[in-house]
Amino acid sequence: MTIQRRDFMKAIGVGAVASTAGCSQLGGSDADRPDVAGESLTLTTTTSTYDTGLLDEIHPDFEEMYGVTVDAVAQGTGAALESARNGDSDVVMVHARGLEDEFMRNGYGVNRRDLMFNDFVIVGPESDPAGIQGTASATEALTTIAEAEAPFVSRGDNSGTHTKELNLWEAAGIDPGGDWYQETGSGMGEALNIANQQGAYTLSDRGTFISQRSEIDLTILVQGPIEDGPEILANPYGIMAVNPGVHDNANYDLAMAYIGWITSPGAQDAISDYQMNGEQLFFPEAVSEDPDFQQYVPEGWSSDSSDQ
Amino acid sequence: MPLEPIALLPAVVDLPFREGYVSSTIYVSLYVSVTAVTLSTLFSVPVAIVLGFTDFPGKQLVKSIINTGMGFPSVVVGLLVLFTVSNQGPLGPLDLIFTTEAMIMSQFVLATPPITAISLAAITGVSENVRDAARVLGGTRLDVALVVIKEARYGIATAVLAGFGRAISEVGSVLIVGGNITSAEGISKTRTLTTAIQLEARQGQYETAMVLGAILVALVLVVNAIVVRFGDTEAVNR
Repeated sequence: MTIQRRDFMKAIGVGAVASTAGCSQLGGSDADRPDVAGESLTLTTTTSTYDTGLLDEIHPDFEEMYGVTVDAVAQGTGAALESARNGDSDVVMVHARGLEDEFMRNGYGVNRRDLMFNDFVIVGPESDPAGIQGTASATEALTTIAEAEAPFVSRGDNSGTHTKELNLWEAAGIDPGGDWYQETGSGMGEALNIANQQGAYTLSDRGTFISQRSEIDLTILVQGPIEDGPEILANPYGIMAVNPGVHDNANYDLAMAYIGWITSPGAQDAISDYQMNGEQLFFPEAVSEDPDFQQYVPEGWSSDSSDQ
Repeated sequence: MPLEPIALLPAVVDLPFREGYVSSTIYVSLYVSVTAVTLSTLFSVPVAIVLGFTDFPGKQLVKSIINTGMGFPSVVVGLLVLFTVSNQGPLGPLDLIFTTEAMIMSQFVLATPPITAISLAAITGVSENVRDAARVLGGTRLDVALVVIKEARYGIATAVLAGFGRAISEVGSVLIVGGNITSAEGISKTRTLTTAIQLEARQGQYETAMVLGAILVALVLVVNAIVVRFGDTEAVNR
């Protein structure tokens, strides 16, 4: 594409090139390259964005645009934010609003944007020993599982999914524990495999479940909001730059370029187009006609409140 | 870089990976482990020689510390190196986090205790008769040392291989300090065979994890064969 563009430029002559100077980075000789070229951006993110292959699919576009590389480190939400807190990454893409808000309140993250969403689903064996199929409420389903003491596999790794699961138990007013509740401390794929082998229930993000469905016998018993399930199972992803005021070696320019790119209509379309096994995994939500001020601040924040 | 035979591997076993993924992962694994073990050997063998030829109060304590180091969990080593190279740590300004250099550091720490301990055992194990003979024949301290090292060379080779085995097979520390990074095209930057296996296992892709595991075992086998062969040739030449 670039080459054709350059040939075309030559053909229409120097004067025409000068008149289209605004487009010159498309022509791209090294001298025209932006100063960031050759730098690398460290993105710490969750296993669900990485393991589904989404990032590898969309990143080449950004890397080509700026002549940079993106080092994506898949760590899980808790660890991704911790790396950023230590100044070891430039930008974070995670999915646990509570943890993101804490990160912002402590001054580590700036310029948060809502990025995309999918949803969580409660999966379990087809035999459904606790009988939760068709339950409209996620908390009710968990209550039923707890009362039946049916085996439940928890991620137990401070990931976004684990955080969501704990929030759900709290909303259900249950403190899970006992032989039926197993914390595995493993990734989503492993947790699904363990649940599969033990005929247990678990909470999964839809993306990872879709990517593994062919290999396991679990089925979706409580749908998330994408399939008209309860809103509480929504799984929104946010993106934030590391505050250069706290970590002066954070590559803030490039982080903001990345946030600008990934929230642009082009990249948002690419996210929307990304499919696995014929199903869309992520639903973009950065581009919107209507203002959404809450995406920039901790949830519920307002300048009137005493909250800083 | 003699990577051609390695580059052929993925073609032979037909893996569901993108082009260059497996070969670059093998390259990073070998680069990190071989560098770490080489540095570790350069440090450990002299230390073992000094320990083997001198007596001082507290020597037993030093040996105990080295032996304890052999059982050090790699995750703990990874965390220690992470604190060191992290932006907030003493080496923070060098920007080593999520690089192969940081991985080499952690594997150096992991490989040094076994190499030192096994080398020391080999050197101490050389019979007193050999030392006495060397001395009787008019050898200086240095001559005696050289004779002992020559006698202990198989033991030292075993030590190096044990260190290499520990380095290339560990997953905990390289995952923490390296970050398991590939480019968007699937070319490894800090992904090793072990962290690639961990990634596949995390996704529940146990079969591909096993294939990568088989490649790792084959690789270790090849390296062992080369070192043993090298040792034999040495022996013949003498």
